[in-house]
Amino acid sequence: MKDRNQKILSSLISIVIGLAVGGVLVLVVGLLNSKIGIKGAWEGVRIIFAGILSTGRDAAGNLTWGFNSSNLGNMLFRATPLIMTGLSVAVAYQTGLFNIGAPGQYLMGTMASLMIALSIPTSVVPAWIVWFLALLGGMLAGAIWGAVPGMFKALLNINEVLACIMTNWIAANLVTWMFDISNFKNMAEGTKSGYIYKTTYNGVATAKLGLDKLFPGSQINGGIVVAIIIAILVYILMNRTTFGYQLKACGANRHAARYAGISDKRNIVLSMAIAGALAGCGASLYFLSGNTEFFWSTYQSLPSIGFNGIPVALLALNNPVAVIFTGIFMAMLDIVGLQLTNLTAYNEFITDVIIAVIVYLSAFSLVIRMWLAKRGKKKAEKKTETETKAEPAEGGTKA
Amino acid sequence: MTFLIQKTLLSAVPLMIVALAGVFAERSGIINLALEGIMIFGAFIGVAFVRMMQVVPVFAEAARAGAWGTLQWLEILTMLVAGLMGAVFSLLLSFASVNLRADQTIGGTALNLLAPALVLFLIRVMANQNTLQMVTGDAASWFMIKKSTLGIDKNADIGFLGETLLNKVYLATYVCILIYIILSIILYKTKFGLRLRSCGENPQAADSLGINVHRMRYTGTTISGFLAGMGGFVYSLTTANCTANGDVAGFGFLALAVMIFGNWTPLNIAGASLLFGLFRSIAAAYSSIDINGDGVFALAEIGVSPHFYRMLPYLITLIVLSFTSKNSRAPKAEGIPYDKGMR
Repeated sequence: MKDRNQKILSSLISIVIGLAVGGVLVLVVGLLNSKIGIKGAWEGVRIIFAGILSTGRDAAGNLTWGFNSSNLGNMLFRATPLIMTGLSVAVAYQTGLFNIGAPGQYLMGTMASLMIALSIPTSVVPAWIVWFLALLGGMLAGAIWGAVPGMFKALLNINEVLACIMTNWIAANLVTWMFDISNFKNMAEGTKSGYIYKTTYNGVATAKLGLDKLFPGSQINGGIVVAIIIAILVYILMNRTTFGYQLKACGANRHAARYAGISDKRNIVLSMAIAGALAGCGASLYFLSGNTEFFWSTYQSLPSIGFNGIPVALLALNNPVAVIFTGIFMAMLDIVGLQLTNLTAYNEFITDVIIAVIVYLSAFSLVIRMWLAKRGKKKAEKKTETETKAEPAEGGTKA
Repeated sequence: MTFLIQKTLLSAVPLMIVALAGVFAERSGIINLALEGIMIFGAFIGVAFVRMMQVVPVFAEAARAGAWGTLQWLEILTMLVAGLMGAVFSLLLSFASVNLRADQTIGGTALNLLAPALVLFLIRVMANQNTLQMVTGDAASWFMIKKSTLGIDKNADIGFLGETLLNKVYLATYVCILIYIILSIILYKTKFGLRLRSCGENPQAADSLGINVHRMRYTGTTISGFLAGMGGFVYSLTTANCTANGDVAGFGFLALAVMIFGNWTPLNIAGASLLFGLFRSIAAAYSSIDINGDGVFALAEIGVSPHFYRMLPYLITLIVLSFTSKNSRAPKAEGIPYDKGMR
């Protein structure tokens, strides 16, 4: 129990430091730039910490605050793929693998599910079956793309990070190539070039499940529910089944696991395949929503959602249920970034800076936790009263 | 042919120098996954520095008068500044992985996320758009060496070699090749190089002989940061028309592939970067490449998709990895934080 509190505290410290770095950067840039000034800088800082509750500006030009249904709904919508890529990284991490290949798996999932969703005519097959097939196709494509570096690791003992970097860029080029020769490029809307048709062109879209009534004016749909269910299933798989135990045993010590009769090679490949399937599923849920468009000429860049799975998993300390919350937190940062762009002279990239700082801090989260433990011990010697005081203060800054 | 060789050199040289950056870090025992991020940062610093210098009277005057010597000095100076700031940026990685013994892969990933975010944030605030350009003119008019800058008549025939190596080239390319040769010799033929490499192979043994492993790893990563930052600016100068947009088209990762393909040794890396540079230039301009000047565009007629050429470097690196994994020359202790107590 105490260990868990320390883990949560170390994640919260990372988040607070990340946000603080973002705030300081906004302040410094604001003060150096005469157009923004102290007033603009202060507005920027407030949006960074509470942008999700911002409702725009009133007639006098002051920021207004309150319940913003479209912001909250969009946050949950954007959290959907982040939860999935976060799960992807977390599962691999528990098997001792660093899945930096999530962007590539995400791209392959995107390609498979878009192609399936757009090519099966809904006049013949019911739309919900097409939706389901597209989701499965996305997962399968992701699984294959995850299994490749898994096999390189298991059979040839090649560092999975290097193999994943290669498969990422192969995927980026392959997806561009396949869409380039396909006829899914959006020609109907002449003003937009370089995009694939939305799945709604074929009548395929994720069911809203009434969530759009709860958050009017947002893009939310049933995908978030699917993601949460999958997260819980992954939790059960990892913590309540023999297979999950075997995976974790391989992660803890590959050689000891083999000595205990667990096939480490099979488990490494399977773990990467599951990770790939989760990332691919995230892509399917995002692009099957019906209101998202895919920019297909992606050979020079990888999707940031794939990389952002890494901070989601690291902040959640690779716990699948915690991934739900950290995924939503990352999506909140996304929305905060949009608010910054819309309402102030700053732009959304500041939130990427915050995310990067959080990743940087989680690289040595162990050091932070050791430091916390040492402090805990010292305090325990003195008496533990101060700790209970510190807790609510941390919780307050999280919101 | 001239066109193809020049294009290949333009992509190969930044690849080569950044791959060498990777070698310096890995030979000292630190996996530098942040090459891409440092390149992005260096490209931004370089372009921002050029913008600052463009309004300085000395250089503005030189550009107007066509005093190309002065402008070449500006180019060298900018390379130096971009390199230095790249080295400073890489300190984030060495601090985390040497002092805090953090996971180097995650640390490198963090820098890869940080660089484009920070750079784009600043570019948007500075220029109100996503691309930072030069204040006036472009890379060609300011920095490119042409026949006319060398005082040769535009239509004069200077032979195949002259045409390839002296017309429409950048001094940065040759400076990088020179630096590459010098640093390779330092790494493999000097006492310092031997010590640095020993820290990547067996740091405990190195420490027992009185080598300061922490300092060596800092040195390796800092040199790596310098080269990657400089390479980032050279990339933006020679292939992106001296602009920065928080993106180097995956060159940093491609450089990692070059390093692996080249098996961590300088000659092989030079060859690998030429090969990968060739693929890149073919992909970029395959329809207009006329290899032997007979008016037949052979590559366009084969009909292989440019996407395939772009994919090829990563594909063959993956294949080469699988064949050479048994006798790879990868430093033995790379990625492992140095612990005195371990054996």
